[in-house]
Amino acid sequence: MTKVYAMGDQKVHALRGIDLEIAPGDFTAIMGPSGSGKSTLMNLIGALDQPTSGEMLIEGHSLSTMRPDDLADLRNRTLGFVFQQFNLLPRANALQNVKLPLRYARHEQIDADARARECLELVGLGDRMDHRPAQLSGGQQQRVAIARALAGRPRIILADEPTGALDTKTSTDIMELLVKLNATGITIILVTHEPEVAEFARRRIHFRDGLIESDERRAA
Amino acid sequence: MKFSVALASAIEALFANLLRSFLTMLGIIIGVASVMTMMAMGEGAKARIDEQISALGASTLTLRPGSMRRGGRSLGAGAAKPFTESDIAVLASLPYAQAVSGQLSKSVTAVSGQTNWSTSLTGTDAAYFEIHDWTPTEGRVFTDREVRTGAAVAVIGKSIVDNLFDGTDPLGQRIRVNNVPVSVIGVLSEKGQSSFGSDRDDVIFIPLGTARNRIIGAHRTTPKNVSRIEVMVADGYDLKEAQNKLGEYMRERRRIKAGADDDFMVFNIADFVRARSATQATMGVLLAFMAAVALFVGGVGVMNIMLVSVTERTREIGLRMALGARGSDIMVQFLAEAIVLCGTGGLIGVVLGFAGSWIAAKTGGWEMSISPQITLISLGAAVAVGLFFGYFPARRAARLNPIDALRYE
Repeated sequence: MTKVYAMGDQKVHALRGIDLEIAPGDFTAIMGPSGSGKSTLMNLIGALDQPTSGEMLIEGHSLSTMRPDDLADLRNRTLGFVFQQFNLLPRANALQNVKLPLRYARHEQIDADARARECLELVGLGDRMDHRPAQLSGGQQQRVAIARALAGRPRIILADEPTGALDTKTSTDIMELLVKLNATGITIILVTHEPEVAEFARRRIHFRDGLIESDERRAA
Repeated sequence: MKFSVALASAIEALFANLLRSFLTMLGIIIGVASVMTMMAMGEGAKARIDEQISALGASTLTLRPGSMRRGGRSLGAGAAKPFTESDIAVLASLPYAQAVSGQLSKSVTAVSGQTNWSTSLTGTDAAYFEIHDWTPTEGRVFTDREVRTGAAVAVIGKSIVDNLFDGTDPLGQRIRVNNVPVSVIGVLSEKGQSSFGSDRDDVIFIPLGTARNRIIGAHRTTPKNVSRIEVMVADGYDLKEAQNKLGEYMRERRRIKAGADDDFMVFNIADFVRARSATQATMGVLLAFMAAVALFVGGVGVMNIMLVSVTERTREIGLRMALGARGSDIMVQFLAEAIVLCGTGGLIGVVLGFAGSWIAAKTGGWEMSISPQITLISLGAAVAVGLFFGYFPARRAARLNPIDALRYE
């Protein structure tokens, strides 16, 4: 795949041609300095963007042939996003935040309340459901965000610098949570520039200047 | 996303920024309140005009000497030959005339004891009270005999009682009208203000002959003159047709040559009121237009704030899209907010509109009439404004690129 952005009359080659396959159930860390193309790749995997050339497939389906509404449903049902800045709605409490993606779930009948509670229990925040983001610590907010990503029962979780705004201790807690989720069979794709965070992943891919520099797998 | 869910979160968003929401709604509130008041005023005024027309006698034709204009110049009524009592007699024998009354009027000073009062005197006959459907609350009106013999009797309006008698019973009392003594035999029921603003109860009626001979004085060349004649058209005759027939009859009687202009007028009082109400209707349309402009300006205010809101919440929109919201979900969310904003403004506006209509009805002196349709139209207009002016910001939100929206600072 390649991705070229037009910045004014200049062309920025964010991805210069990569070929990558991520197996279901894997835990992959994508690393590299800023500008190396890792966020671009994340957007492509997240069905938020389309490659300039090449093809992006999720579970065998080509994203380039899907309509915008189908892409939205894909993000809703197959993918879960975790962001560096948590991106919680400040006015809503933890439970309401976790329920947010279920509002957009079309094809299935879900007991949103029960599902959201279950997800919050899973991330260890069963006793903080009616707290607003401002009443929670950074680590707790990221847990809410992870619970939100889990609400749609996704098969893939995309975490973009999930520990970037957290201290070391909390980062470790969050990463242990992701490892736990991975153990239940969810594919996890993580973008980070912190080597100690990447240590939690089984596979580590280094990017540089829009190309894959190294692709290593931790010995089991 | 269900629309009810969107509505609930729209109401939440409205309360999250209460002051701003209220200021935005203000334009809609004023717009809806004025649309409603204008429509209620229009209906109230119309109802009052209908009532006035029936009070004036919807089936009464009035004859006056003189013409509206001749050779581009308007002539006073005095310039032409006046009508006479014999005209009244022959008109009364026409098949379509149910009652015919003649009148002479003058401004006079009435005195009772030490009290003076400037008022208007009308010399007329018993038919006048029949035509105007005006009955006495005390005493009686004059008999034909009193009219024939020129008795010194008077029937007075309520305002005369208030101003000359100050609580004492006027019946049987004497008043001097321009120094001519007459005795009060009846007090008429209260009619209130006319549509032209004059007090219809500030009047003294005495028999036609008495007024002409003793107070007003006869015309130089025409004895037994009257200044106007009223003809009440009998049931079953068309008013317009009777008006034409009466005109032709009077041309013949006054020997007007074919092709020459009339030297008299036949008109229906109701026409004047209708002409005036047409002016009021034009005013009403103008006011309604201004109210619509207010609503439009309010709508632009809503659009402005919705655009600000979309910009402020760009990251939130990006997040929602990343979580699986379709463009249409975002669209519905922002449309719902615009509709809630305008709908709430509309509700407050309706309440204010009720108050405004009540005040307008009090000042204008008519019954307050707010039909459910007016309320529904006003509310509907507010919601329509929300839909119309909310569409553009909502579409802008729905078309945001999720990546750019998520990164927006």
